[in-house]
Amino acid sequence: MAVATEFTALASSVGGALIGVSAVLLLYSNGRIAGISGIVKRLIAPAADSKPAQALAFIIGLISAPFVWTAVTGHAVTQSVSTNIPLAAIAGLLVGFGAVLGGGCTSGHGVCGLSRFSKRSLAATIIFMAVAVLTVFVVRHIIGGGP
Amino acid sequence: MSLVVNLAAGLIFGIGLVISGMANPAKVLNFLDVAGSWDPSLAFVMLGAIAVTATGYHFVLRRPKPLLDSGFHLPVQNNIDRPLVIGSAIFGLGWGLFGFCPGPAVTSLGLAATGTLVFVPTMLIGIVAASLVRKRPSEIKEA
Repeated sequence: MAVATEFTALASSVGGALIGVSAVLLLYSNGRIAGISGIVKRLIAPAADSKPAQALAFIIGLISAPFVWTAVTGHAVTQSVSTNIPLAAIAGLLVGFGAVLGGGCTSGHGVCGLSRFSKRSLAATIIFMAVAVLTVFVVRHIIGGGP
Repeated sequence: MSLVVNLAAGLIFGIGLVISGMANPAKVLNFLDVAGSWDPSLAFVMLGAIAVTATGYHFVLRRPKPLLDSGFHLPVQNNIDRPLVIGSAIFGLGWGLFGFCPGPAVTSLGLAATGTLVFVPTMLIGIVAASLVRKRPSEIKEA
């Protein structure tokens, strides 16, 4: 069932801005889009110009983030992840497959693409947002379950 | 040098996900639950991220090339095609089921929640599968 979370306008805006700083840094330095599904794909299914070592370095940075955050601030990272294993397996498959088929995910289309005023990214963002909202509605309010 | 910059960019991105609350799938699901326990925080993550990114991109893309590469690697496709529509719908379904998209899922790996340790490997399988399904992989750019 739903785990209550607090509305955090300031923290969320600051966190979002940091995501933006990362995206700008990556485009400025290496000319790359900070789309995480794309970066993971560059590492595990590389094409000619994928530069997988750079992708790996980015991913190591991502994975280190919660530990660096806790080391610096002393705060643990609060997280509530569903323990429904079959659901995790199916959702992971759908997220990975859909993101690469659709050419991007929340970060690639939703942040970087919209920031370039890409028509494709706007369409993708509207579609995945709408389907995700509908999915949560069906799972929580019609079926009456889910994380 | 590129490796150091990529490491730093990944770290900043991950810290952004942690501070914003997006690394918590419960928060993401509550954002998506507009008819129930709605938590509008994620809209502020998007707004903060897009405000900085759109401004930064505006100036960076005026430059002839990036600092450490011979050119920009931007998506070339411009049309809204079937893979985009179908892929985005599949992605939205998975995101709505569990509350993880790729960034938060990868960032959460070391926190080692059981759900994460199942989600990430199947996500990798999905990424490889979609890469193979696409007949002309050179056309898919990480958008």
